[in-house]
Order: sequence, then C-alpha cells, then structure tokens
Amino acid sequence: MGEWRATNAYMEGPEISSISHVTISPSRHNHVPGYSFPLSRSSYSVISAFCTEDNVPQSISYLNQELAVLGLSMCIEASSAEGASLKAVPVLNTMYELLQINKRNMCALEEMEKEQLKKLSTLEHIQISNSRLKDQLELSMREKSGLHETERQLQLKIKTLQSCLKTEKEEVQKLQSIIASRASQYSHDAKRKEREAAKLKERLSQLLVDRKERKLAIDVLNSLGRSDGKRSMWKTAKLSASHESEMYKTLLGDYETSRKALILENAELKKVLQQMKKEMMHILAPRQQSTSGATAADDSQEQVESDEEKAGNTSREAFDHSCELAREQLLNSIRQQWRKLRNHVEKLDQVSQVHNQMESNKETIPLETHEDEMERMRQEVQQCREFIHAQQQLLQQQLNTSFDDETAALLNDCYTLEEKERLKEEWKLFEEQKKNFEKERKNFTEAAIRLGREKMSFEEDRAAWLKNHFLNATPFANRRRYSSSDGQSALSVRSEPEVRMSSAKAKRSKSPTYTTFSTPKPSRSSPVPSTTELYRTLRLLPDGSCSKHSNRGRWLETSTVEEGHPQIKSNLQARAEHRRRKNRYYRSALGKRKRTNTQRMSSSSNLTTMKKAVQQLRFEASINRVKVSQAAVDLQQFCLQNALQDPLLTGVSSSTNPFRPQKVCSFL
Amino acid sequence: MNFSEVFKQSNHLCKVSPDGKYLATCVQYRLVVRDLSTLQILQLYTCLDQVSHMEWSSDSLFILCAMYKRGLVQVWSLEQPDWHCKIDEGSIGLVSSRWSPDGRHILNTTEFHLRITVWSLCTKAVSYIKYPKACQKGIDFSRDGCYMALAERRDCKDYVSIFVCDDWHLLRHFETETQDLAGLEWSPNGCVLAVWDSCLEYKVLLYSLDGRLLSTYCAYEWSLGVKSVSWSPSSQFLAIGSYDEKVRILNHITWKKIIQFEHPATIDNTKAIVYKEVDRRPAVVSDELSLHNITMGSTLFSTQSKYEICPLPVQIPVVKPEPDRANPKIGVSVLAFSSDSRYLATKNDNMATAVWVWDMQKMSLDTVLEHTSAVRCVMWDPRRPRLALCTGNSKLYLWSPGGCVSVQVPAEGSFQVQSLKWHCSGDSVILLGKDQLCLCYMDTDYEEK
Repeated sequence: MGEWRATNAYMEGPEISSISHVTISPSRHNHVPGYSFPLSRSSYSVISAFCTEDNVPQSISYLNQELAVLGLSMCIEASSAEGASLKAVPVLNTMYELLQINKRNMCALEEMEKEQLKKLSTLEHIQISNSRLKDQLELSMREKSGLHETERQLQLKIKTLQSCLKTEKEEVQKLQSIIASRASQYSHDAKRKEREAAKLKERLSQLLVDRKERKLAIDVLNSLGRSDGKRSMWKTAKLSASHESEMYKTLLGDYETSRKALILENAELKKVLQQMKKEMMHILAPRQQSTSGATAADDSQEQVESDEEKAGNTSREAFDHSCELAREQLLNSIRQQWRKLRNHVEKLDQVSQVHNQMESNKETIPLETHEDEMERMRQEVQQCREFIHAQQQLLQQQLNTSFDDETAALLNDCYTLEEKERLKEEWKLFEEQKKNFEKERKNFTEAAIRLGREKMSFEEDRAAWLKNHFLNATPFANRRRYSSSDGQSALSVRSEPEVRMSSAKAKRSKSPTYTTFSTPKPSRSSPVPSTTELYRTLRLLPDGSCSKHSNRGRWLETSTVEEGHPQIKSNLQARAEHRRRKNRYYRSALGKRKRTNTQRMSSSSNLTTMKKAVQQLRFEASINRVKVSQAAVDLQQFCLQNALQDPLLTGVSSSTNPFRPQKVCSFL
Repeated sequence: MNFSEVFKQSNHLCKVSPDGKYLATCVQYRLVVRDLSTLQILQLYTCLDQVSHMEWSSDSLFILCAMYKRGLVQVWSLEQPDWHCKIDEGSIGLVSSRWSPDGRHILNTTEFHLRITVWSLCTKAVSYIKYPKACQKGIDFSRDGCYMALAERRDCKDYVSIFVCDDWHLLRHFETETQDLAGLEWSPNGCVLAVWDSCLEYKVLLYSLDGRLLSTYCAYEWSLGVKSVSWSPSSQFLAIGSYDEKVRILNHITWKKIIQFEHPATIDNTKAIVYKEVDRRPAVVSDELSLHNITMGSTLFSTQSKYEICPLPVQIPVVKPEPDRANPKIGVSVLAFSSDSRYLATKNDNMATAVWVWDMQKMSLDTVLEHTSAVRCVMWDPRRPRLALCTGNSKLYLWSPGGCVSVQVPAEGSFQVQSLKWHCSGDSVILLGKDQLCLCYMDTDYEEK
C-alpha cells in the first residue's frame, strides 16, 4: 500500500480531508492501478516495475485476477507461452474499460467534493444561525425574567394600592360618619340656639311691651277711608268662610283657564294626529297596492280600510268622550300605522340604496362635467374679480390725479396712446403760444393804458355829444352790460383758463346780452368783432334754443366771411373745450361704468344725455382743425389788421358811439 | 334720546308713582315730589331725620318715608299736604317698612324680626304677626293684592302663612319641607307660590294657594343650590338660577324642567350674537394734551365706547371665586323676564361683565352683551322688549331685538350711573348716580326704526 501512496502523492490531500472517503479507500486502492497506469509507464524505467521479464505470466495472472475482482470478464492472455508479449486486443479493451471506470470515478469524486463543500457551507451557516438563536434565546430569557420582575413589582404595588384604597375607603366612611354626626350635632345646636333666640325674642317683646315709657304709637291727623270705599267688617266666621270661598273661586278660575288652554291644545293635537293618520293612510295605501301583488294588495287594502274605520271610530269616540278605551284603541291603531310606515320606509330605503348604486354608476360622468363646470365658473368669477379690481384701481387713479384721470380715461376709451401723445405735443405748442400771447397781451395792456389816457382827453368832446343824444339813449341796464363786455374785450388775448372763465361768465349772462347786442348791430356802420364776440360764437352748446342756433350760425357765417381768424380761434377754443368735454364725458362714462358694476343701469335719461354727448362730439369732430401755431399767427395778424378799427386803439367817434357814459346825466 | 338736567338725591331714594305722574326723591331729610312731565316741584315735605326708605302707595296718593335709625315712619299725602301721619315703633326698632297693596296699611318689621306690625291708616288699629322669618324674601304680596304670603319660623321649622290682605285674616298656615327657607314668590296669576330653600340645598317647592304641595324640584344635591328665582310675567315659566352657573326653566303644568341654560365661558353657539363694548379713548397727541384739552376736562377723561359684533367663538372673562369665602361670587344672581315673556336676561356673577339674553320662544341663547366693566343693574322696559343696563360708568346701555347701543349721559361733571328705573310707560328711564339722578327720555319713534 505504501508504494501506491508514494506514486499517487497528489491524491492524498482530498483523501485525508474527506472523512467519508476513508471507508471506501480499499476500493479506491483497487482502482489505483488502472489509474496510475500511464504514470507508471512514464516512470517505467525509473521505478522498479511491477512487471519484469521474469514474472510476466505471474503478473498477467495477477492482473486477470484483479480484473475478475473488478468484474471485467476479459482477461489478458500471453501471446506466447513464455509470455514475453501480450495479446494486444484484450489488453487494450481492458485498458479502455479501466480508463472508463477511472473517468467515472473521477466524476463521482468531483461531485462528491462539491457536495461536501456545499454541506460544509450549510453547516457553517447553520452553526452561525444556531449561535444567533442561542443569543436570542438568552436575550428573551433575560427579558422574560425582567418582565417577571416588573410583574411582581406591579403586583406588589397593586397590593399596596388596594390596601391604600381600603384604608381610604375606611377613612371616607369614617369622615362621612363624622360629617353626619357633625351635621346632626350642628343642626341640633342650631335648633338649640334658635330656640334660645326665640325665647330671647319672646322675652324681649314681653319686656318691650311691659316697658311703657316710650309707647309705640300712630299719630294720624284724621283716619282715611278705605281705598275701595267699603267699610271694614267684623271678623266673623261668615267672613272667613267668604274668604275661603273666594280663594277657592280664584283657584277654580285658574284651573278653569288652564283646563281650557289644555283642551284647546288637546284639540289641536288631535287635529294634527288625525291629519297625520290620514296622510299616513294616503301614503301607505297606494304604495302597498303597487308594491305587493294583486292578492296581497287586496289584503292590505282591506286591512287599511279596517284600520281606517277603526281610526275613524276611535277618533270620533275620542272627540265625543275621551275615555280610556278609546285612547287605547287610538294608541294601538297609531302604533300599527307607525309600524307599517316604518316597514315601508325601510323598504324604500333599501330600494333607494339599490337605486342609488345604479344611479351612481350612471351619474359619474355628469358629476365630472359638473365639476368641470364649477371649475370653469370659478375661473370666470376669478376673472371677473380681477377685472373689477383693475377697474377699481383705474378709478382710484382717476380720482387721485387729473393727469391719471385723463390717461385712465384714454386707456379706458378707444383713444390710442398715439393720439394722446399727439395731443400732448399740441398742448406743448399751445403752451408756448400762450406764453407769446401773454407777452403780447402785456403790450396790448400798455397800449390800452395809453389809450385810456387819450380817452380821457376825448371825454370833454364826448360830453357835449352825449348831451345831444341823451334822449335817444338805450336802456340803462343794457348800456351797463355793454360797458362790462367792452371791458372784457379790452383784454384781447387771454390764457386758456381765463378763456374758460370768461366763457363761463359770458354763458351766464349770455342770452340777454346776446339779444341786446344783436339788435343794435345792424345799425352800426362798422361791426368790430371783439374777443367776447368771438367767444360767444364759439360756445357750442348742443342743447341751445333754436334762436341761439340761428344766431350762432349767423355769427359763424359772418365771421367766416369776414376773416379766418375767428375760425382759427374757434378751432382752438373748440379743441380746448372738446378736450374738456371729453374729460367730462370720460369721467361720466367711467362713473357710469362704476355704477354698472355696482348697480344696474336704470334710467333712459342716461341714454338721452349720452345721445346728446355723442351728437356734441360728432359736431366737434366735424370742425376743421388748424395747428395752434398757425392759429396764433393768424390771430396776431387779425389783431394787427383790425387795430385801426379797434375803438380802444383809435377811439370811437362820438357820432357812431351809441353808449355814452352816465356822467352826462348829472349835468342835466 | 333726551336727557333732563341733574337732580340731587340720597340713598338712591327715587321713585315714580305707580300712575306714572309724579317723581318722589329724597334728599337727606327732605322729600321732594315733582311732576314728571314738567319736572316742577309740586310738594316739599320735611321728615324728622334722614330717610332710609321711601315708597309710594299703590294709589299714588301717599308716600311712606321710613327712618330706620329712629324707628319712625312718616306718611305724606299728596292731595292734602297738611295731612300727616307718624308711626313710632318705639324701642323695639325697625328694619323694614312697606305698604300693603291696598295703600291703607303699613307693615313694619321690627328689629330681630320679632314681629311684623300692621298699622291701619283707616282705623289706627294695630295688629301683630309673630314669628316672621329673617330671610332673603320672607314676604310677598300676590300681584292682584289679595293675598300675602309670609315665611315663618317656629320651633325650628319653616311655615308659610297666607293672609288675606283685606282684613289680615289668616287663610292658610302650612309647614314647608325645607331645611331653611330662603324665599317665596307668588306666580303673577296669584295661584302658585314658589318656595325655595337656602343655598345649602337645591330645593324648590311649589304650593297652591290652598296650601297643597304641587311639586318639588331638585336638580342636584350637596353643592350650593338656588341663587335666584323668577316667574315669567305669563306665569308660564319659572326660572331658577343656581350656583352651578345654570338657569333651569320649569313649565307650569308638570313643573318639570323644560330646558337648562348654561353660561359657558366660550360662546360658540352660532345662533347667538355677541356684542362687545369697545372703548375708544380719544387719541391724544402729547403736545396737544397741554392746555387745550385740560380745559375741556370732562371730554378728556370720558371715553367713547360702542358695541361691536364679535365673531364667534368668544371668550368671556371669568373671575374665579375665592374658595374659602362664604357667598362665593359665582352663579346666576339676576333673572329678568321681559314684559312679554319673550326674553330672559341673566347675569352670571363670575362673568359680571356679561349679560345674557335668552329667547324663550326658541329656548336658546339670543344675545350676549359684554361690557368693559361689571354690570350693576339690568332692567326691562315695562312695555316693550327693551333692556336697559348700567355698569357704574357714565353710560346707559340699551338692548332691543333689533340691536344695541351705548349712550353717554351728557351731564356735567362725572355722572356715574349706578342704578336705573324705568317709568311705567317705558318712555323714560331714571338714571341714579351716587347722589344725583337724571331722566332719560326715549324717542317715541325709536321703536319704529
């Protein structure tokens, strides 16, 4: 064996490691010869061989034996008697067989090794888990002991608490008894004290009565009659009896009233009950018919009818005399009805539940749409809110500054920003022009002052002239007015606000002056268009009377015929006024919108005013527009041209002046 | 709303005659009778000492002035100013004096409640009623003036005696099942007498006129019980306020509880409206405070206030009563039904700043009025459902179902409204200050608004 081992040294490792192989080692050793055959061949020369030339037959027989043991039927035969050579075929076969066996064995071995490895790992795993479980066990054991401990402690506590409770209870009982005894003692004492007090009172009153030095007395001047006018009566049994009877009377009266009230209430309740019953029957009867089958319906109908009859009877009885029996019957019938109603309602509930389930499936889509709708509505509301908010802000701005107001108005209206800017530019231009005008105005005023002085020199001449014409003079008031308007005309050029003011002033005093002015006009040889006249012509009122319209038209015609300046000026003013009006209009429109936000547009008067405004705007739009610079130049030219005709510059010849100063009157 | 000028008074002695024509006030030892329409002095009487009690007779013809310290009662006649009557109780003393309902008898209670002396002005006769009980409300006349119920104490037991006021005939005398009777009150229809025990025990007993026990009501035991009792003017409800901060309403048929009204510190009843008085001190800038405002004096120190509707829930300030004191400041002490029995006003003592108004039709809380200071006096208009109250400052507060308002009394100096009284027509209110009084006339068209 030792030799085998030496040759197969590489096999030892697994042999030793595997315990299981120990048992089958003999068979293994049996295999080894076949296995080690190629090896031994390679080391043939080196190692003392198994077979030498001498022992060929022995070795053959030995091998045969071995092969037989292995279960191989073929045997190696010597080709010759001497046995120097072997028959090749059987040897090869046996060799092949042996090799096969070897291979198989090797495979088996490998598998076994694998298995062993696996087993080893599982073993390890099991060992680890085992140790872990052991730990856990230990832990739980410890816990258990701890819990045991706490339980014990708790039990101890409970015991102590129970004992405490017992003592407390005892104490409470003791205290209660103490309280009770004290209460009784207290009440006893109180009673004693009270008795004493009563005794004392008695004694006191007695003493007070006995003491006569200060008498209790009534001191009345004269006694009064009784409030009811009767005389008091002697106290007699009769009187007391009457008192009693009176008392009972009041009591009876009270009971009577309460009884009446109760009866009334009872009747009401009965009525309600009757109605309820009727309605119940009404509800129950047709339903039962519909729900139950024909035969059942008949039964129920009959039952209901009988109930009805019964109820009718009972109610009648109850109304006639509410005796016990009737009441019982009534109660019973009501109970029956009630039961029926309850059953019915339950049935209805069930049906409705089923119905609802059915419905709910159907109604899923509509619900969604509802939600969608709701969402949409909400959004809309939100939008509306934002809109309102924006509007409010705009309104606020408008209120804050006039400029904002204008812009807001412009923004709100269909007017574009461009237009606005254009207007601004024009405004600037206009402003410059205005400055120029003001300069010129100054010049003019200086000139006017000069003229005034000259006028003074003319006064004397005039006085003489006026004397002659005094008797033909126009009425006092008219003259006056003319002079005032004259004064206005002295200031030929005005700034924008002043223009407004004057126009407003003139507006107020317009109609009279106008008529008076128009009448003397034809008589005048040379009509001088003063600025006031210009203004007057330019007052474009939409709702003016027809006469005014015609007048205005005339004036416009004349002015256009005579020279273009009034036209220009009118344009200017018209524009200014237009703007003003526009603002007003926007404001009013805004106000209106605001109102519509809060309340509903109501009146048709609004409509008419709107129409008027629209007309006005149209009219204003139709006016030919000229640039301010042009207009100003024209105006200036006009002024210079007409300077000769201006009575302020040239003076009025006494023959043409229809208005003379009053001064002359004093001379007369 | 108009205010009269301020008149002097003392001891809060100021009463309008039952017919509503005259106003009697006491100033020290003088009795002044004024015509209410003109406020002119009609009569001036001089009593022997400082008056401690004053009362009109039911027919508005006589005025009783009691001087408890001297044991004297003086009666004055309005029709005959020289008529006089003086009743001297002598050394037995006097603690209480009152008219009988017929206005011809005077009931004087002597010191220590030894007895009640009944003096007749018709016959000068004297009669005594012995053993009256010294308690919260030991004597009560029925509304029609026919009967008088009197609590008595004999042999450590409570009794009730019912007298006929006509001739002081004892009609009924019965023992009550009380430990210590505290008070009794006739129902307005005069047929039921409510009797309640002292606060140590919650017990309300209802007796018929003939002395039969109709019912007993006990809400709980042991803790402190009844604090106040009030009948509704229709005799339909009996409201019982108790130390547990609740009001219990009994019905008049079964004498069982219909409902109980609680007074929680947090009001979250969505049906109730809570009005809160809000102070608005005039904003004073420091430099402006100088001379200008000081000269204005009264306006500087008076504060503007108004009622504001509070969003629910509202927390009402609660004062915890001291546990070791007797008569703890807790529980419902004021119960007042409006004249039409529609509303009930209550005041809980540990929430002294709040007045609760309950709707008796809906049986629910209607309004809570919360003030900046403790409420002193709560009175219903005798004609309309209108409540007037004062909190000891210079304002008059009014509530009606339509809303509420606080009005500054425009009197010179500091007029602090301590108490108030309605005129029987409900057109004016008498506001009583410390030693002054002032009339407040309601606008007649106030109602229509």
